[in-house]
Amino acid sequence: MNKAPYEAQKIVGGGGDVVSQDGKTSWFYSEIVKDHFFHPRNFLDSEPKNGEFNASGRAGSPACGDEMRMWLFIDPETERIKTCRWRTFGCGSAIAATSMASVLVTEGDGMTLEEARSLRPQDVMEHLGGLPARKFHCSVLCDKALRDAINDYLFKSNQGSRVILEASRVIDYSARVTDRDIEDAVKDGCLTLAQVVERTKVGIGNKSVIPEVESLIRFYKEKYFG
Amino acid sequence: MEKPSIYVDYAASTPLDERVLQTMKPYFTDNFGNSSSFHKIGMHAKEALDSARKSVATSLGARPQEIIFTSGGTEADNLAILGFARKNKEAGNHIIVSAAEHKAILEPAIALKKEGFDVTILETDAFGMVSRELVLASMRPETILVSVIYGNNEVGTLNPIQKIGAGIRKYREAQKSLYPVFHTDACQIAGTEEMNVQKINVDMMSVNGGKMSGPKGVGCLSARQGVKIEPLQYGGGQEQGRRPGTENVAAIVGFAEALHYAVQEGATEKQRLTDLRDYLVKGLKKSIPHIRLNGHPKERLANNVNLSFCDVEGEALLLYLDAEGIFASTGSACTSASLDPSHVILALGLPPEVAHSSLRMTLGRSTTKEDLDVIISVLPQVVEKLRAMSPKSGNERFYE
Repeated sequence: MNKAPYEAQKIVGGGGDVVSQDGKTSWFYSEIVKDHFFHPRNFLDSEPKNGEFNASGRAGSPACGDEMRMWLFIDPETERIKTCRWRTFGCGSAIAATSMASVLVTEGDGMTLEEARSLRPQDVMEHLGGLPARKFHCSVLCDKALRDAINDYLFKSNQGSRVILEASRVIDYSARVTDRDIEDAVKDGCLTLAQVVERTKVGIGNKSVIPEVESLIRFYKEKYFG
Repeated sequence: MEKPSIYVDYAASTPLDERVLQTMKPYFTDNFGNSSSFHKIGMHAKEALDSARKSVATSLGARPQEIIFTSGGTEADNLAILGFARKNKEAGNHIIVSAAEHKAILEPAIALKKEGFDVTILETDAFGMVSRELVLASMRPETILVSVIYGNNEVGTLNPIQKIGAGIRKYREAQKSLYPVFHTDACQIAGTEEMNVQKINVDMMSVNGGKMSGPKGVGCLSARQGVKIEPLQYGGGQEQGRRPGTENVAAIVGFAEALHYAVQEGATEKQRLTDLRDYLVKGLKKSIPHIRLNGHPKERLANNVNLSFCDVEGEALLLYLDAEGIFASTGSACTSASLDPSHVILALGLPPEVAHSSLRMTLGRSTTKEDLDVIISVLPQVVEKLRAMSPKSGNERFYE
């Protein structure tokens, strides 16, 4: 079966580590994912000390099943990420993805803020040897936590003008629906998938986005009504 | 040291009893007939089927003609909800189920709304138990069916089926009505609780082979004489037209045998499993802080342990345990097909994070105290490791 470089090896049927919504496809966790899961790098194993970090960020919520926090030390001279530590409540792929992201941003001299900001979930997934497609949006929150931490650094260092707040992201290209549209729908009281679909037309021509829409509905429900 | 191999997922699947396997064998090769055929080979299959039906009826305190063989628990549940409701819709359009039912009950019940039925989903208490009083108070003249799970497949809580059934019978007598009919999903019982339909006052009961050391893909709905059911599929007159399709004789023979042993040996096994269950819970509570037992502490299936661990996600926990040779299950969204956390744990009034953090261990025939000692020594280390990686949620109030 054809797959994107960031998608894990998949098979027809339910024999893999992770099974799709309709039970027709399943994926295996790669050896790299297993290595990072069983031997996570850079997690914060003690309480942060004064001056150890100069930025922190978070993404997700435990109610949605995944929450991620990240602590960075950014060299104020070069604005490169020197240290990246994290804590994650989440499944195997969430832990592995955060671990991998922490390695990627600190490798060599460390990423610049611009490089780190442009780190996409797909990049992390590709370095992991692929992740199951259905784990894409629920468990790869490290890029969001990272951008949150970068903004935190910019605020704290009085560079508020450089802060970039999250723009909306297109969820369903055929229906031109963004995460912001879904957020608005939930805010207006569309709390079920059926209601959100009726309101936004998301997923009607493209059923594959439905799991993500469901996870976004859960996220915004928790945010506004949890 | 070699990794252990400890299977504590008996609520998902059980290995086939060797005695059952031997009984089944001839029906794959020598005695392979179609019980509807008018020749000797067919007659032999018919005899085996009749004898299995009698055996199942005896095990359940029912009459042979009251047993409808199905492809398992899910089909038996669907037949009980959809088949019964459609056949009896002239009598009323209201059905009652509990929020902690298996999806094989909940989803057909919700599907019936589209066919014009009014469905009441009863809340449970904090243990997942359905109250008799609430069931009786929710009944109306147009209520035709009540379905309450016997022993919950996730959190293990046992419902007072016998008492609910008695209440419904009394109501029917007082109203001089045939309705509501009472169904229970007994798929997780496996002989450790009373399965005699007369003693527990049920009109319909679903039973599953694969959860009691029998073959998978076979089960039955026991439906009291006079309870009318519309088939879900058409194409033959089998099972008195209520479940058309050539009978899977080998599986049915195996199912009957497995049920026989489950009922015969149930009382002894119940005592053994209860002791093991309580030993495991006690051992883990002693060695791990901030854990909770989900479901009722006493009124629960003899083999079910369902715990949540503060700040530990279920799928991650399962993967670590799997690597240690311990095979269990979780209510976390990450392992479910729907990406939703366990509806049963949410029905207990607990937040989603408690469901995401749950671990179900279900014991069975091969489980020994030595297995549990391994779990008691391994699990605390795994929990500690995952907690060290996790942000602190401050949710300790939900735990002990």
